[in-house]
Amino acid sequence: MKCAENQMKLYLPSLSVNESVARSAVAVFVAQLNPTVEEISDIKCAVSEAVTNSIVHGYGYGHGEIYIGVKYFSDRTVKIEIKDKGCGIEDVKLAMTPLFTTDTSGERSGMGFAVMQTFMDSLEVHSKKGMGVRVLMEKKLK
Amino acid sequence: MNTENLIITFERGVLVAQIMGDIDHHSAKFVRDKIDMAIFEKKPSLVLLDLSSVEFMDSSGLGLILGRFNTAKELGSELKILSPSRSVKKVLELAGIERLIKIEGGYLL
Repeated sequence: MKCAENQMKLYLPSLSVNESVARSAVAVFVAQLNPTVEEISDIKCAVSEAVTNSIVHGYGYGHGEIYIGVKYFSDRTVKIEIKDKGCGIEDVKLAMTPLFTTDTSGERSGMGFAVMQTFMDSLEVHSKKGMGVRVLMEKKLK
Repeated sequence: MNTENLIITFERGVLVAQIMGDIDHHSAKFVRDKIDMAIFEKKPSLVLLDLSSVEFMDSSGLGLILGRFNTAKELGSELKILSPSRSVKKVLELAGIERLIKIEGGYLL
C-alpha cells in the first residue's frame, strides 16, 4: 500500500459555522499540490456537502463531532474521509438518489451526494442506522 | 435592506437580492427569511437573485434558490438568476436548474 506524502486530521463540532472552516482547511491543505481553480472548487464543494450532511442529518442539528481526514499521494491523488457518529443511514442507496432528502422544510435540494459523486472521481458511503456515516472520496489532480 | 452578505433593492416592481460571499447551509438560513420577507412585503413582478458576488455555493444554495422560486411563484412573481460565476454555475447545471429558472449573464460553461 502506497504511503501518503502528507496528511491532515481535523475534528470539528457539528456547528453549521464549521462548514466553511472544513472546506477552507481542506482547501489550504490541498493547495500544496497547486490544484487548478476548478479542482479546488470541486473539492471544497464535496467537503461542504459531506460536512453539511453530518450536521443536518447525522446529528440533526444537535451536538456531535465530525472527523475530516485528508491525505495526498505522489501521483497527486487526494483522499478525503469524513466521518460522524450520528444517526446513520438505513438505506444508503436510497439516500444517494438525487433529489432524495429526509428534510421536510422544503429548503434542502437532496443533491448533496450527487454533487460529491460528480465533483470527485470516486465516492463511497458506509453507514448503518444508528452507526454514523463514513464518506470516502478521491480526486486525482491534473 | 442590508446585512453583511445580502443587499435587497426594489424599484419599479423588480426586487433584486444581491447575495455576497459563500452560500452554504449556514449562510442560507440568514438570507432566505430576509428575501422571503421582502417578496411578501413588496410583491414584485420579478425577483432577481444576483449571484455575481457569490464566491462559493454548494447544494444548500440550490435549496435556497428553489425555495425562493416557490415563494415568488406563490405570489405570481417571476424569478431569475443573475451572473453566476463558473463554479456556481457548475452546481446550478448539475441540478438542471436552468430548466426551471432562467439564468442571465455570468459564466458560460
